[in-house]
Amino acid sequence: MEFHVNHPVLYLIAGAVILLVLAQSVFFLVRALRRAKELGMDKQKLRKIMISVSIFTVAPAVSILVGVLALAKKLGVALPWLRLSIIGSLSYETIAAETTLKQLGDTLDASGFVTVLFVMTFGIALGLILTPILTKRIQKGIKSLEKRDKKWSEIFNNAMFLGMISAFLGYVFCDFSNVFSGDTSALIPVLVMASSALIMVACALVARLPKMKWMLDYALPFSLLGGMAMAIPFTAWLA
Amino acid sequence: MKQNKEKLTYLESVHYYGRIWGFALCAVVLAVPFAVAFLFGAAPDFKALLAAAIAILPMYWAVGLVEVFTYVPMLGAGGAYLSFVTGNISNLKLPCALDAMNRAEVKASEEEGEIVSTIAIATSSIVTTVIIFLGVLLIIPLTPLLENPALEPAFDMILPALFGGLAVAFVSKNVKLAIAPMILMLALFIFVPALNEGTVGIMVPVGVLFTVAVARILYKKGKL
Repeated sequence: MEFHVNHPVLYLIAGAVILLVLAQSVFFLVRALRRAKELGMDKQKLRKIMISVSIFTVAPAVSILVGVLALAKKLGVALPWLRLSIIGSLSYETIAAETTLKQLGDTLDASGFVTVLFVMTFGIALGLILTPILTKRIQKGIKSLEKRDKKWSEIFNNAMFLGMISAFLGYVFCDFSNVFSGDTSALIPVLVMASSALIMVACALVARLPKMKWMLDYALPFSLLGGMAMAIPFTAWLA
Repeated sequence: MKQNKEKLTYLESVHYYGRIWGFALCAVVLAVPFAVAFLFGAAPDFKALLAAAIAILPMYWAVGLVEVFTYVPMLGAGGAYLSFVTGNISNLKLPCALDAMNRAEVKASEEEGEIVSTIAIATSSIVTTVIIFLGVLLIIPLTPLLENPALEPAFDMILPALFGGLAVAFVSKNVKLAIAPMILMLALFIFVPALNEGTVGIMVPVGVLFTVAVARILYKKGKL
């Protein structure tokens, strides 16, 4: 077969793998919904969660799509489509692809393409390999912790969430020291985060009004989209 | 070992099917590069492969190892089996699951939490896959629109926009516990120049371990 970055067979492979990954999500979604019904969980509530998650997902998914378009210029469409639909994140896939392309030089023949594919696939493979092996054991550990001390297990859970959120809050300030040398662009992420936080607070306040409780269900998508929208004037002003 | 599916509890069945799907998809995903190499009769450029692997593998495999231990308890079992196949965990799947569990007032360790987290992550994965698929289908009309320089700042600032709102939702419920890790991370990111977008993944487990340690001390002292 003569190689081309947009060869139909590459689309066929990508499409087949993505379809399988999609089937896994559908399989688990159906089973979870069925179990929720058995337990008599509030159907309306679950529906609202699914709608709000879908709205929330649009902006990050479009940003992933922008990553596909950027990588497609060098690698064709099929490879970035596959890689960004499965394990790995936007930042990882971009770094892995660019690092390998730099090693290959300018031309991308079949051998170069395969090289990029190997690095992108195996660079992030550990989580994919370990999850089926370790998930049950890790969950067992959490369960036994819960049996020993329920209150501590709740605090432990919250502490993990807060630890992750703190790391990302810190990241927002990573260029902050540049502000002291007059580079105001480092303020952009800080102001975007503050806007998003304020929108969240505003949503929570509005939700206290009569008939406005639905606002809470959409507070996270609102604060995400509002924050992203504010990034445009902030960048124009400070960059 | 013969498994009787009728007798499995919901959680046991999540692990049972999660492992089957997990191993199967792992094999499929890892087979792709070999299949492409075989079809085009092309071997990888081993010199470039080695150089790129040395640059990529040590860091991402180390992060991957720690991620499994930090994200699996937060995602729940079903959420973990899905997230480690579909990816984009910290910037999409985990925030979705956290917000959904928070609003439904359930915990990841309870069965209801397990269900809500699975529903949130599965929905988010399906929506993401469909959006990327539509985008690839409509790539020609969409490219100029999405690569419009006016929109670029919005996509560049997606993480601050995401975590601002999420932080309010969680910090407001756990103010005492949030103070120490927030101060530590602010100090680290402001004063250590090596910490940036590429290294935030490594700082997540650091933040998690530190916060759990602080929580333990406060709990033992009866302050939580």
